[in-house]
Amino acid sequence: MSFSSSMQRRRPSGIGARTGVGLKGEHVAEILETRPDIGFFEVHAENYMGAGGVPHRQLEAIRCEYPVSLHGVGLSIGAIGVLDEAHLARLKSLNERYEPGLFSEHLAWSTHDTTYFNDLLPVPYDEETLARVCDHIDRVQDVIGRRMLLENPSTYVAFWQSTMSETDFLKEIVRRTGCGLLLDVNNVHVSCTNQQVSARDYLAAFPVEAVGEIHLGGHAPDLDDEGRPLLIDAHDRSVDDAVWLLFEEALLLCGPQPTLIEWDNDVPAWPVLLSEAEAADQIVQRAELRGEQRRAV
Amino acid sequence: MRFDPPGSAVAALEAFAPALLEGERDLPDGIIGPDGKPSPRRFNVYRNNVVVSLVEAVMDSYPAVLKLLGEDYFKAVARLFVINNPPKSPVLIWYGAAFAEFLESFPPLAAYGYLPDVARLEWAWLEAYHAADAAPLQPQTLASVPGDLLAGLKIAPHPSCRWLQSPWPVVSLLAVNRFESGEVVDLAEAQEVLVTRPDLDVEVRLMRPGCACLLEALSAGCSLSEAGERAAQSVQEDVFQFDMCLSDLLAAGALAAFDPEEAAAGFLSGGSNGIPD
Amino acid sequence: MKTRSMTAAIVAGAVASAVTSLSVATPANAQAKEKCYGVSLKGKNDCKAGAGTTCAGTSTVDYQGNAWTLVPAGTCVTMELPDGRKGSLTELDRDLPKA
Repeated sequence: MSFSSSMQRRRPSGIGARTGVGLKGEHVAEILETRPDIGFFEVHAENYMGAGGVPHRQLEAIRCEYPVSLHGVGLSIGAIGVLDEAHLARLKSLNERYEPGLFSEHLAWSTHDTTYFNDLLPVPYDEETLARVCDHIDRVQDVIGRRMLLENPSTYVAFWQSTMSETDFLKEIVRRTGCGLLLDVNNVHVSCTNQQVSARDYLAAFPVEAVGEIHLGGHAPDLDDEGRPLLIDAHDRSVDDAVWLLFEEALLLCGPQPTLIEWDNDVPAWPVLLSEAEAADQIVQRAELRGEQRRAV
Repeated sequence: MRFDPPGSAVAALEAFAPALLEGERDLPDGIIGPDGKPSPRRFNVYRNNVVVSLVEAVMDSYPAVLKLLGEDYFKAVARLFVINNPPKSPVLIWYGAAFAEFLESFPPLAAYGYLPDVARLEWAWLEAYHAADAAPLQPQTLASVPGDLLAGLKIAPHPSCRWLQSPWPVVSLLAVNRFESGEVVDLAEAQEVLVTRPDLDVEVRLMRPGCACLLEALSAGCSLSEAGERAAQSVQEDVFQFDMCLSDLLAAGALAAFDPEEAAAGFLSGGSNGIPD
Repeated sequence: MKTRSMTAAIVAGAVASAVTSLSVATPANAQAKEKCYGVSLKGKNDCKAGAGTTCAGTSTVDYQGNAWTLVPAGTCVTMELPDGRKGSLTELDRDLPKA
């Protein structure tokens, strides 16, 4: 095909401390035409598990020009049973085909027995779950042959069975498996609001040295049974002011990071998404500058 | 099956999973809000995410059925489908294949006999959309095969090629309800459909009588002459137009390319091992 | 049914006729289509949550046998309603479950 040859020439892989956005099919033509100065595009791995056609053609074309981050949403690392080896093999083959600069999955489960629930469901934070999650991450990193990033979840409930905090749980996962972390700042805000704990304290306790990527996204406000705020991780609007502030604090702790704007529902026109990414990029660049100044002193 | 004492972390997830799809079920033990008390509304966020996202996945695959049923009805039917047939794979591209059968076995829709076939056609469209990329057979390639080898030649359908024989006007129903065509639908009309994706865009066409049978035979590994015989026998006297069927299939990109030199050497002929897997 | 024999000559004739009837090898606008990377379907695997609708997924529909109370309200036409009615149906005024 005509542009498979041009594909061989470029293919930038490394994702630096720049901002990217989640790739949406409806934006691809405009992106390829306007070639915006953007750090990377992130895709959900499962959307590229068909054999061929438009999705792969689009991603190949994007991949020629930009680094790509591969984000799995269906591996169910927190599930009770063994990992789905067939799914892991699909992830491996996508990693080989697109050579993403970053590869990430979630601290969550989505498959139970043979049913796939298509949601990132929460896990109890106890020793038994910790051991199982670590086994699963070891397996993922063995099969895919690279360090993965694990994303902190948005949670709406807690488990009576939990014996440790989410940050201690993540810290121990990092220590045991050597994986990195994807710090979703919107998830921090959503979970901390929902669990009525301080997001600042959460960040202060977060193993920031393991962070390899940051996510930002919009959330929807709701109320629980008692009328307490219940935030829903809807990815359907621009990033909330509270999340922007938390993002700046996170960058102070973990330094400039590849940062993604997630907007999956009510997806806006490309220029709107791009300007959201540019706003985030300015904050990342400021953090970069601060780091340089600190090093110069 | 594992047995754990009630209250363990594993037991919590064992109870969590089934409660997601069964709205009547009690809140699983151990699921709490920040005050340590059970919080149904919080758990319902997950129920909602699961059911609504899967209903949307089905809805996105069947836009013509959605238009035919109306959104409220479609969502109500899809919700029943989702609860009774949740996905078995995390790859949602392939979720919803059984929706046509579900519609067929759904008594309240018995009077709308065409709906399952419209769903089948939309599923074929989706399969073609995601099928493996492959070069379609070019007429000049076929023309280059020596005449004496043509009868024994085996040609496979293109990986994206799907076909459907329906007692209903499924192509017209699709055209009107998915592609906003203004054509008039005659519910008494039976239609045979060809779905292909020679490059990126899925193409839907009506087929001539016998053409579906020709494709069926070719995909089963029959030679051109065998497939032609089967197709001719499948329709009424002299209705089958072999040349026009072939012409349509070539124009639609419905046949897979082959190496003309292999064909000339007889590798693709009826006497050999046939179509390579 | 009598067997229709497809002799080598008939097959060769059909192929020759098919091939000559096609002046264009591939769909004429294939090149143009490639430029815009095709019609794009929404990706189905998302990590979004349903916004502000904590009750939508839990509403139940009482469906037992034929006790379904909804009627298609789209462009559907029925083939054989018991009363012989045909044509577009109007929506019945019921409590519709929201999915």
